[in-house]
Amino acid sequence: MSVSTCPSEPGASSADRPDGLDALDRAIVVATQAGLPLVPDPWTAVGKPLGLDGDAVRERLARMQDAGIIRRVAAVPNHYRLGYVANGMTVWDVDDAQVDRLGREVARVPGVSHCYRRPRHLPAWPYNLFVMLHGRTRDEVERQAEQLRQRLGDACRDHRILYSSRILKKTGLRLAGRSDRQDPPR
Amino acid sequence: MVVLDALDRRLIDTYQRDLPLCERPFAAMAERLGVSEAAVLARLERLEAEGVLSRVGPVFDHARAGASLLAAVAVPDAERDAVAAVINACPGVNHNYAREDPAREQPYNLWFVMTAADEAALTARLEALEAELGQAVLCLPMLEAFHIDLSFSIPWHELEGA
Repeated sequence: MSVSTCPSEPGASSADRPDGLDALDRAIVVATQAGLPLVPDPWTAVGKPLGLDGDAVRERLARMQDAGIIRRVAAVPNHYRLGYVANGMTVWDVDDAQVDRLGREVARVPGVSHCYRRPRHLPAWPYNLFVMLHGRTRDEVERQAEQLRQRLGDACRDHRILYSSRILKKTGLRLAGRSDRQDPPR
Repeated sequence: MVVLDALDRRLIDTYQRDLPLCERPFAAMAERLGVSEAAVLARLERLEAEGVLSRVGPVFDHARAGASLLAAVAVPDAERDAVAAVINACPGVNHNYAREDPAREQPYNLWFVMTAADEAALTARLEALEAELGQAVLCLPMLEAFHIDLSFSIPWHELEGA
């Protein structure tokens, strides 16, 4: 459960990073990850401080989307504000031989927003499947979790629901700009 | 709860994905919705200001753009906020949630996402944080995604009944 168990790829230079992004791509990520400017031509507005025209910004975004680095371009709703105030991170200890098949299956249950396999860290942390559930009440989340438990059946040894009790920090910002030592303010 | 009219809902339903990457995206949206470009921009601005939309733009897969992982620590309730402040001040931390197990069977109560430009920088940040906290951090990188945050069908009528 220490940092040394995290995967790392020491020595990768910026040019051959696995994400294949060059400096301008990364500057576009930094400039757009908190949202586009709401003006008729947002691409030109994004590109101007980077010395790019709007078409170049669009081309680079399209390339990142084709490469899967951009999942979608969207009006991103805040589910909490829409009434989904109960947010349960459910964690499951599922048989390794079946977790991939079952993970794909439970990902389709209504209310699931994210479903990931993650490593166990025994003995403290035996859970290898994470399923994020959203409901209007904890009762609703519990019903969703019960559905998941039934689908996982005997392959699941144990599970927990961890409710968020407080959001202490949340920002869509991830890639810090070159000069940023900290995330910019929200 | 905020009140959303039919156009707000269509806007959200239609553009939870596939916001066009064309030259004038908001004009293209306006055409599809049968309103003016200015009306679309005004709506988006209002929905952002009300917090109904967290943003309008690209959603990056940060596991592929740079490096990130989910991490957790277990701290006594009385120290939780002080420890959270230390974590939040760390460069690269973008989410931090207090979580509780109502059954109190597992102790990890601060859950955060640590990010960095690459894996080596991520490891360095986590090691620095562990040194500052004086305890190990539970590191849970994503190994496989079965479902990621794509669009989410919003049952407007059910929400109104709630």
